[in-house]
Amino acid sequence: MSPPPFQTFLEHHRDPVYRFLLFSVGPDAADDCLQETFVAALRAYPRLEDGSNLRAWVLTIAHRKAIDAHRGRARRPVPSAELPEQPSPAVTVPDPGLWKAVGELPPKQRAAIVLRFVSDLPFREVGRILDISDAAARQNVREGLARLRKEYADDEQRAV
Amino acid sequence: MTNSELSDLEAALRRGAALDVDAPAGAAALSAVVAADRAGLVDVAVSTVDSPVGDLLVAVTPQGLVRLAFDPERVLDELAERISPRVVVAQGRLDPVRRELDEYFTGRRRAFDIAVDWSLTSGFRRRVLEATARIPTGQVTTYGALAEEVGKPTAARAVGNAVGSNPIAIVVPCHRVVPAAGGVGNYGGGPERKAFLLDLERSNETTPRRRPLEPGRRR
Repeated sequence: MSPPPFQTFLEHHRDPVYRFLLFSVGPDAADDCLQETFVAALRAYPRLEDGSNLRAWVLTIAHRKAIDAHRGRARRPVPSAELPEQPSPAVTVPDPGLWKAVGELPPKQRAAIVLRFVSDLPFREVGRILDISDAAARQNVREGLARLRKEYADDEQRAV
Repeated sequence: MTNSELSDLEAALRRGAALDVDAPAGAAALSAVVAADRAGLVDVAVSTVDSPVGDLLVAVTPQGLVRLAFDPERVLDELAERISPRVVVAQGRLDPVRRELDEYFTGRRRAFDIAVDWSLTSGFRRRVLEATARIPTGQVTTYGALAEEVGKPTAARAVGNAVGSNPIAIVVPCHRVVPAAGGVGNYGGGPERKAFLLDLERSNETTPRRRPLEPGRRR
């Protein structure tokens, strides 16, 4: 199956990829990551032989860009926890406390949580994007949820 | 931990999936296209150009104008299959074409200077279309005369098919090929558009053609 015109692919996957990035790296880094993701995708596009799962393919690229963004941030003196809190003028993230907690999860758990609940993907596809088994994807989601329940719920109780 | 607490958390996470990101995602995608174009990754840049004969779908490659269509249906797929899947809407790349078309439709331009990329045509069809491209603005020719021009005087029908296959309407002026029997004849964009273009080219003639009168008809 040859891939569709890049424009069609871009229009189809733009919003889901943006949402994945927004909740993975925060509003400030999401724009740059989206740009880098689609430039990288366009670069590789003519060599893409199997156009049957473009969603998993582009989210794999986006996941790598998100990891790069987190690493870049870790090298800088800015604490990563600040990022999801800064509202971008164009988009307001609901429940910023929750997403701050998601941003503090270990990278695999964070990506698994976002892919599972924001991107609404089955475990098999989550595993494929993260290059781990279905079972490992399920486990990362479970562990991520447990951690969120603990930290996010504690925050909620403090807030009340 | 109860089930309801569990589902509350999941429900809160799932609300992220419904977030409207159209505006920021659209803006970031535009920046991506600009960056990709600058990096030379856009093989076919497409855009819509509005005109008195309706919206035109225009596509350029680094070699030049490759497609100008009245009907956008399936054109992107065709370009992806026949040229490259790197087909992207990139307004800026189309600016020179847009300017020349604008000048043409407002009567300020008689001939197009933009380069043509013939990739979507080849062989006999290409020879016919290259001959078509040489028909001067304000003039018309017939399928038979064009057949002679390409050295196939008996192939008027094949010439008709070749003209009909023109991937670059208006700029390769297949509208200037008319039936010997009279009338405007067929046109991919419909006979009304063909008549409109021919009228436009006649009325915008800056130096009227002086057709010498035949001696016998002189009064």
